[in-house]
Amino acid sequence: MENIRKVYADNAATTAVSQHCLERMLPYFTEQYGNPSSLYSFGRENKKVLENARKMTADAIGAALADEIIFTSGGSESDNLAIKGYARANVKKGKHIISSKIEHHAVFETLDALKKEGFEVTMLDVDSEGFVSPEALKNAMREDTILVTIMAANNEIGTVEPIAELAAIAHAGGAVFHTDAVQAVGHIPINVVEMGIDMLSMSAHKFNGPKGVGALYVKRGVRIQPMIHGGGQEKKRRSGTESVANIVGLATALTDAVERLPAESVRLAALRDKLIEGVMKMPKVILTGATDMSKRLPGTASFCINAIEGEALILRLDFMGICASTGSACSSGSLDPSHVLLALGLPHEVAHGSLRLSLGHFNTEQDVDYILEKLPQVVTALRAMSPVWQE
Amino acid sequence: MYTDKVFDHFSNPRNVGEMPDANGVGEVGNAKCGDIMKMYLKIENDIIVDVKFKTFGCGAAIATSSMATELVKGKSIEEALKLTNTAVVEALEGLPPAKIHCSVLAEEAIKSALADYYRRQGIDPEPIIGCTGNCECCHAHDHE
Repeated sequence: MENIRKVYADNAATTAVSQHCLERMLPYFTEQYGNPSSLYSFGRENKKVLENARKMTADAIGAALADEIIFTSGGSESDNLAIKGYARANVKKGKHIISSKIEHHAVFETLDALKKEGFEVTMLDVDSEGFVSPEALKNAMREDTILVTIMAANNEIGTVEPIAELAAIAHAGGAVFHTDAVQAVGHIPINVVEMGIDMLSMSAHKFNGPKGVGALYVKRGVRIQPMIHGGGQEKKRRSGTESVANIVGLATALTDAVERLPAESVRLAALRDKLIEGVMKMPKVILTGATDMSKRLPGTASFCINAIEGEALILRLDFMGICASTGSACSSGSLDPSHVLLALGLPHEVAHGSLRLSLGHFNTEQDVDYILEKLPQVVTALRAMSPVWQE
Repeated sequence: MYTDKVFDHFSNPRNVGEMPDANGVGEVGNAKCGDIMKMYLKIENDIIVDVKFKTFGCGAAIATSSMATELVKGKSIEEALKLTNTAVVEALEGLPPAKIHCSVLAEEAIKSALADYYRRQGIDPEPIIGCTGNCECCHAHDHE
């Protein structure tokens, strides 16, 4: 193959670490490697670095106090700690939790694990664009509901949920509100105080930070039980020597992302809209997720393409140098397409043809043009060998 | 995940297309499960002189269809009936466990086309071929 341009269009999966972020991280591997818990100045210096990163992280999401931030190993750990940690610490208040049918597996599976501990979970339906209805949440609230956990924005279709409204309903019913904001933080404005969020999960590698580090915001006064016991770091809520370099990386990348957000989200949304418009010119393609573009993540375009299967599409796009993603069954090794696509009410045969293109900070208009040039070729070739394709 | 051989057959599938003068046509799988294979055979004097396929499915589904057509082309009906999914997997130098059902579907597609050929000749295929694969695709997944 003598092509090719490489176009990374899977920024909802992960992103490149920015040069600025990497530069800030590097000293903490070989030079300033002290343990923040040590007594001597070589360690204490890193305690200051750590606390500065905590303050930067808190500021970036509008948290009132730096101590409301717990650093973790990533989004999945943050979700586990928030949900299991809160449920187990507050079991005397009730055993009912409400969530939605389009959550990430880190929430889904965590709730499943809690069911085995006797918790009862209500999974709210979403509409055909992936929105959780505030009315449905209101109706699902019970006397014994202790926690509502609903994602801020969906990873597969980019739909942005009405978080502030949902949080208010949770509070009115006496429950605490957690949001998996892994796809949202750094990409859309988030202010935990203004939005009424009690706990929020984030992951650094979704906003040009390193993999293996995340954070959980826990509002002061919200009690959680730790999952990792040990030396009592992170105010006894998450033991383990802090990964200083990674944490500096998270705080740097997040601060950068939030700083550039007003302009960058406009730039990305324009690229996304151009991409969507171009893809929709192909026959028999449907857009999945919010049709109101202001309620979509700025970088996420998602579709179902008739008469072809997602994995084959992704592999053929890869031959063209394009990295994209699908929720088809064959991509996951399971028998069913993604639970998100099915929750939208899409039939299996439609969901098998799903395609997600997610743009990020390093994508350009040339990338979009390249995708719009190559994607129709790939689709046409696969449709030509599909027995179900009818023009 | 996939072997070079699978990638080869996925990126350059052999014998893709339709065949207006086919005398044995079989289709297996269903869209709900994400894979459909349609096989066209042209049989003369008990020899498969030409074969074509169309497949809706993942990389493995396309590669197994392509390989299955290669394995039966020019063969006698008797030989083609002996085609197993294992032979398809071996010819592709392996498949991931979750994709074995694709090879089963490919075997069934060939058998289904042969059954159609027999029917057109006025011969009941059941005693010769048995299940012709037109079962629910989720039955095919049971082979995993």
